[in-house]
Amino acid sequence: MSSSELQQLYQQIILDHAKYRHGASAEPFGVFDADGAPGLRLAESHQVNTTCGDEITVRVGVRAGSGTAADAAVTDAAGPAPVIEQFVWRGDGCSISMASASVLADTMTGLTVPEAEALVTTFRDLLRSRGTIEPDEEVLGDAAAFAGVSKYPARVKCAMLPWVAFEAALMQVAAASAAAVTPLA
Amino acid sequence: MTLSAPSFRRAAAVALTEDEVARIRNDFPILEQRINGHPLNYLDSGATSQNPISVMEAEQEYYEQRNAAVHRGAHTLAFAATEVFEGARATVAAFIGAQPDELVWTSNATEGVNLVAYSISNASLGLGGPDAARFRIGAGDEIVVTEMEHHANLIPWQQLALRTGATLRFIPVMDDGTLDLAAAATIVGPRTRLLAFTHASNVVGTINPVAELVELAHRFDALVMLDACQTVPHLPVDVAALDVDFAVFSGHKMLGPTGIGALFGKAELLAGLPPFLTGGSMITTVDMEHAEFLAPPQRFEAGTQRISQAIALAAAVDYLTETGMDRIALREAELGQRLVAGLAEIPGVRVLGPAAGIDRIGLAAFDVAGVHAHDVGQFLDEAGIAVRVGHHCAQPLHRRLGITASTRASTYLYTTTDEVDQFLAAMHEVAPFFGVKP
Repeated sequence: MSSSELQQLYQQIILDHAKYRHGASAEPFGVFDADGAPGLRLAESHQVNTTCGDEITVRVGVRAGSGTAADAAVTDAAGPAPVIEQFVWRGDGCSISMASASVLADTMTGLTVPEAEALVTTFRDLLRSRGTIEPDEEVLGDAAAFAGVSKYPARVKCAMLPWVAFEAALMQVAAASAAAVTPLA
Repeated sequence: MTLSAPSFRRAAAVALTEDEVARIRNDFPILEQRINGHPLNYLDSGATSQNPISVMEAEQEYYEQRNAAVHRGAHTLAFAATEVFEGARATVAAFIGAQPDELVWTSNATEGVNLVAYSISNASLGLGGPDAARFRIGAGDEIVVTEMEHHANLIPWQQLALRTGATLRFIPVMDDGTLDLAAAATIVGPRTRLLAFTHASNVVGTINPVAELVELAHRFDALVMLDACQTVPHLPVDVAALDVDFAVFSGHKMLGPTGIGALFGKAELLAGLPPFLTGGSMITTVDMEHAEFLAPPQRFEAGTQRISQAIALAAAVDYLTETGMDRIALREAELGQRLVAGLAEIPGVRVLGPAAGIDRIGLAAFDVAGVHAHDVGQFLDEAGIAVRVGHHCAQPLHRRLGITASTRASTYLYTTTDEVDQFLAAMHEVAPFFGVKP
């Protein structure tokens, strides 16, 4: 029953990532401590796909571009952009969601927050394209392998789950940073 | 007579034959479809069943010839509509061994459970007067469910406990997918006011010992709610013989349309139970401060009813009755065993629930080592095979079995042996496709 359609969905690169799971924490996560790493703005997001019960927890650590955690999410051109220094996750789910988390960990670590946000948008557009967008491997790297998922609308949620968690964590970082840098009136 | 052991085994009937199944399939147009280039192999009837032509025609015929408001109006069409609507109630009631006034239409089984839970809530607030006293619960009282319940027969009781201060307890499930009856005997006791359990598990396929559990509950004057969603469509069920106080089932799982189901309640219990939904069609006299309610079942059927769906459900019941529930049950028992035996041979596949040779309904849920259920389902879909993946609305049971999701193949009277075999053949290819060495 080998089917080229199905093999496009389950590309070897996806099956490998699902198996080896880069960035996945081997140990269960302890209680989240936002102040656990000096100099880093930490955030955590837990997401569940209610259709199938897949779940993931993503923890990110962002270092401020200017070297202080306080303005970790300041992304204006005035100074160097904050950088994603840590990305760990823990989850349970189908090969598409787990591979997606593994690819995400590889892709995002070391990127600046604006670069990461742009990539999330590119990835989301690709997955929602129903096969009409040809992925740019230069930009997406291994994440380009998820182009096949876009032809399976029921699986788009699976692939997006870690990215949604990552996005939510970045928003927390931004919110916390904004709160921290709010000037005294 | 009790039906706690699968009674169809005692019937003198024989299972539906392959030829009969082939003829039955002609009545189900949807089965002619091709999916991804393959004939549809529909093994998801446990989630929702397909409709025979007669069911769809019954609904159409109603709208073409009899559509009118029931239980009101003095014109010929209104009488005709009321007659077929109440005729449908009598048909469905007789199908489960109930009297017509013991059968309340609901949207589905979930609504039926909620109806009872909220009516008990209302009684606990003092509504319904002295007649409803026996339904009042509060702090110190216990509601008992089981660890294998569908969320529909769990969450309404969790919520009832939260509203009333009662305590929710549960009968654990053993490793083999059966209830721990020794534990049940210590959990159900003088504080128990209601025992809610499923007749057959929608995941592990276990057929629970109804007689034993009913006897246990009634020893302490506790009410029994039976979730019969997976049995009324598949086995002969007689609620009077089972002596349950309430039972629920859904039409769409028994060849009927969506949006219709039923609650059975013993007449003497429904008579004392205050209503859940209120409004039109369920009252006798109304003034600005007060209303008197109709007797059951109308007391529990506020607003315009699902007339066409009720009539279509009766057509589904006619179809099942003509085919023979005992013969369907025997056929599905064979298919269930074939599924379990076939799956057990596949390296890395763990069947959940009773092993081969032990009674189960015609379904099997399983775990594939190293391959997530969602991926198994995707692989099978490519071959035209429709199965259910996920937690099947039974998260606590999956947690108990050490997994978060499983794959389930479920049969019905239109399932062929070839379809089961094709599914099993495809299952052999799953682990190799995903590069998993069992």
